[in-house]
Amino acid sequence: MSKEYETVIGLEVHVELATRTKIFCGCSTAFGGAPNTHTCPVCTGMPGSLPVLNRQVVEYALAVGLAVNCHVNQLCKFDRKNYFYPDNPQNYQISQLYLPICHDGFVEIETEGGLRRVGIHEIHMEEDAGKLIHDEWEDCSLVDYNRSGVPLIEIVSEPDMRSAPEVIAYLEKLRMIIQYLGASDCKLQEGSMRADVNISVREAGSGKLGTRTEMKNLNSFTAITHAIEGERQRQIDLIEAGGEVIQETRRWDDARGDSYPMRSKEDAQDYRYFPDPDLVPVWISDEWIARVKEREPEFRDRKRQRYREEYDIPEYDIDIITGSKRMADLFEETAALCGQPKKVSNWLMGETLRLLKEKSLDPEDIRFSPENLAKLIGLADRKVINSSVAKEVFQAVFEQDVDPEKYVEEKGLGTVSDEGALRRTIEEVIAGNPQSVEDYRNGKEKAIGFLVGQTMKAMKGKADPAGVNRILRELLQGRPLEQE
Amino acid sequence: MTERAMTKDVKRDGPKDLCALSAAELGRAVRAGETTAVEAMEAVLERIGEREQLYHCYVTVDREGALRRAEKVQKQIEAGELTGPLAGVPVALKDNLCTEGMRTTCASRILENFVPAYTAEAVRLLEQAGAVVIGKTNMDEFAMGSTTETSYYGVTRNPWNPDHVPGGSSGGSAAAVASGECFFALGSDTGGSIRQPASFCGVVGMKPTYGTVSRYGLVAYGSSLDQIGPLTKNVTDCALVLETISAHDPKDSTSLERQDTDFTSALVKDVRGMKIGIPRDYLGEGLDREVREALLAAAEVLRRQGASVEEFDLSLVDYAIPAYYTIAAAEASSNLERFDGIKYGYRAQEAQGLHEMYKMTRSRGFGAEVKRRIMLGSFVLSSGYYDAYYLRALRVKAMIKKAFDEAFARYDLILGPVAPTTAPRLGESLADPLKMYLGDIYTISVNLAGLPGISLPCGRDSRGLPIGLQLIGDCFQEKKLIRAAYTYEQAAGRQAPGGKEEEAHV
Amino acid sequence: MANVITDEIIEYVGILAKLELTGDEKEQAKKDMGRMLDYIDKLGELDTSGTEPMSHVFPVRNVFREDVVTGRDESERILSNAPGQKDNMFMVPRTFD
Repeated sequence: MSKEYETVIGLEVHVELATRTKIFCGCSTAFGGAPNTHTCPVCTGMPGSLPVLNRQVVEYALAVGLAVNCHVNQLCKFDRKNYFYPDNPQNYQISQLYLPICHDGFVEIETEGGLRRVGIHEIHMEEDAGKLIHDEWEDCSLVDYNRSGVPLIEIVSEPDMRSAPEVIAYLEKLRMIIQYLGASDCKLQEGSMRADVNISVREAGSGKLGTRTEMKNLNSFTAITHAIEGERQRQIDLIEAGGEVIQETRRWDDARGDSYPMRSKEDAQDYRYFPDPDLVPVWISDEWIARVKEREPEFRDRKRQRYREEYDIPEYDIDIITGSKRMADLFEETAALCGQPKKVSNWLMGETLRLLKEKSLDPEDIRFSPENLAKLIGLADRKVINSSVAKEVFQAVFEQDVDPEKYVEEKGLGTVSDEGALRRTIEEVIAGNPQSVEDYRNGKEKAIGFLVGQTMKAMKGKADPAGVNRILRELLQGRPLEQE
Repeated sequence: MTERAMTKDVKRDGPKDLCALSAAELGRAVRAGETTAVEAMEAVLERIGEREQLYHCYVTVDREGALRRAEKVQKQIEAGELTGPLAGVPVALKDNLCTEGMRTTCASRILENFVPAYTAEAVRLLEQAGAVVIGKTNMDEFAMGSTTETSYYGVTRNPWNPDHVPGGSSGGSAAAVASGECFFALGSDTGGSIRQPASFCGVVGMKPTYGTVSRYGLVAYGSSLDQIGPLTKNVTDCALVLETISAHDPKDSTSLERQDTDFTSALVKDVRGMKIGIPRDYLGEGLDREVREALLAAAEVLRRQGASVEEFDLSLVDYAIPAYYTIAAAEASSNLERFDGIKYGYRAQEAQGLHEMYKMTRSRGFGAEVKRRIMLGSFVLSSGYYDAYYLRALRVKAMIKKAFDEAFARYDLILGPVAPTTAPRLGESLADPLKMYLGDIYTISVNLAGLPGISLPCGRDSRGLPIGLQLIGDCFQEKKLIRAAYTYEQAAGRQAPGGKEEEAHV
Repeated sequence: MANVITDEIIEYVGILAKLELTGDEKEQAKKDMGRMLDYIDKLGELDTSGTEPMSHVFPVRNVFREDVVTGRDESERILSNAPGQKDNMFMVPRTFD
């Protein structure tokens, strides 16, 4: 009978902070610049250059630490981690080992077995490395230092997770907290959130931890799931075959569904950490902590609870809307402006999600303002525009955040309210479609739909379909219908 | 020894020998219209032409650029845009100070063709004051050495006797000042690298309190110990230059905000009531007899001027060198990792693969002394040794600082030698590195404790080689140092070589 | 000599520091490093317990920059010293097999 094994998982999560500039110099952190155009002597390791710490990095790191219930090392310092690699221009990374900014916190995740605590061992600040591009043509590698010096926090968890779903729940939890704080957009695919997974197996019931391996290069939830499953199996197979797991770093290849060891004999894994003499310690006062705590937003769990109480919208909508700080803010602000939370939710759940998906965007990328969405809802309510025009206008709001009132006016999209003109058009439609008129009079109720459609077409969509329907029936029956 | 030979083509209506003027004197003459920045530069370039062959003070002399800059400065002086005391005065820079557009080698092969994209803050301040850069002076490779013999570009010779070293690591700067190949120079001091060559070359050299001069643009050796400072012909110039380059720099996190950097205000001949202590251990075993006598004579001069002088026990003197070499080597091993053949400097082109490229580049690019310190530094930081070596050294550093705090509770200044002997002969020191390190005993603790220290000439030995006197002050007490040094200089009636009274050049 | 520096140590430090010494250099380095460490061991004579390690002489803290972009594109100057470059990037030997 084969043995039962338990998987023990801990995570090292790197999060790129949403600062405008790098951690130690004034270069922009913006994505998409041509190679090395966001660099200076500091972030390219030029001789004689010196680092100066970006205050906002401490601010963000502290906010995250407090949000995940950490203790703060009020005196924290930066250390140099020495290792040679071309993406690391100084051949040392400025990081924190001895006195990281935060330690000993936790988050709660929902698992099959109920709420569960995942411990945070520590959070430290550090600089990102540059990017290596492999040039097959010249058989060499090329280095771009635009990302070199972009601020990161590394969140190191305790080995408290036991399965891939728990890992995903933990990452989602972190992502929500950090996004809500505005400290990072936490996009796994774009690398602004990266997870290294430490994994070991042990016989079920054993209190002793097995030897762990570290899995790198995991840039999606599916890759993480695959890597955990793959590595769990590899370790079990090894043990069952009488072998031993060795502590190493392995690179996961999601396409092959396999991993391989990353280090060569040229790497000693001895980073010779020591306090960076170019930087002075950071002292985080009680007042500073209080200030950051005060600015803390309402996080997702609390927000969900409040939505249930305040707004009459489905649980599913609440889940989606609070799944993004941007979306939740938009929802609340628009609802406050127009007083119709249900309609706001419908726009977000319907057209907004559809367009996001169509354009492969993230809810955090939404750029339109609550004012303009509220105006659009108002226009539709007042029947100034009909529902199909409203969708057209919404697209413009979504794409360019246009003012719907001006947009409708400029484009002449308002419903024609001149009943005389509408009647004339309908009379023409009736005259031009004798067969349909005949069908209707013979009791074919469906024929009216065709005539409404023809009228709308003639009116270029700018008519209220209900009004058209009413006038049509009236004219076809030769007597006015009672007003509704 | 005194040589009054005039350079040949000094302008007939100008001063007789421009090169013999101090920086302050030249600045005054330029302001008064008696000479120009261009004439001064031409004179100094002529002097370099005559003497450089022998002394080799410079790694790079930027003749055309220097004259062009001098012309520009002269125009600004005439337009009234530059009015400061250093306007139009030619300066030499140690070759570990980054200069935009001008090669900066740190006297290493690994930076043979490195042209920085920016200028060091201290240099920028000098240029803003109108000083004109001549070129870059020779040094021990990456400032590691005490003789300027570890330079990849050849040794510099002592202008007092070319068979002797000029000291180091700022040996090129000290020798250039001594031989009149510049009016003043900047050096850097990590364990004595300004004060010791100043002493060997008979000029004035000062290391200010750590954090007083920005390190931005100084190629780092031991970051927690490095400071830039002046090498000058006399104490007045020293105060003037230090005043010019001292400023808080937001680009250097360790730069201090000081309000008391008007150092020239301390050029006062008065030491009455000043309490000076001489550490007993500084006069003991290992100190050359002639140096000791010159030192005690200098102390006597200060005593006669009204200072009280007494010997005292400064503790931990013997522990400064091992603590220093642990800390400096550790920091250096990390600071020098960036020299890898990728972003700048030398690369071993034929290497196969990344790691071989790293190893070949660095093994060939660095000289023996640099490699020695990198190896030592990597070792003391490595896993299992960090606590025993590096952390212990940082604790000893704290203890040494405390010993100085106690001393300065009793004394305004500490007086002592700069080096155990006068300048050794070329080739004598390199044979035994440890012995060379021991020569730093009187200067090194000043860096560990972040203190200011000044070295000034106090006579010569029987071979005619200059002897230096070191004054050490408590943190931020540069003014006391300058006052005592100025008082001694005035009272002893001595001028540095290159000045009017004495001339190093033989 | 109390500190015996073995070939293995020199080899290891060489990997850390990316230095490769020739046979002679290696022998010299073993000797030099051993002597230096013997000398440094002198620090062991002191009772340092109760003394905090001092990295900075002055108790300066909280030196910050504000989060304001000051950099501009100076890639040309940044790359001007590179021993190898292509497409505005630093060219290095292949980093992956």
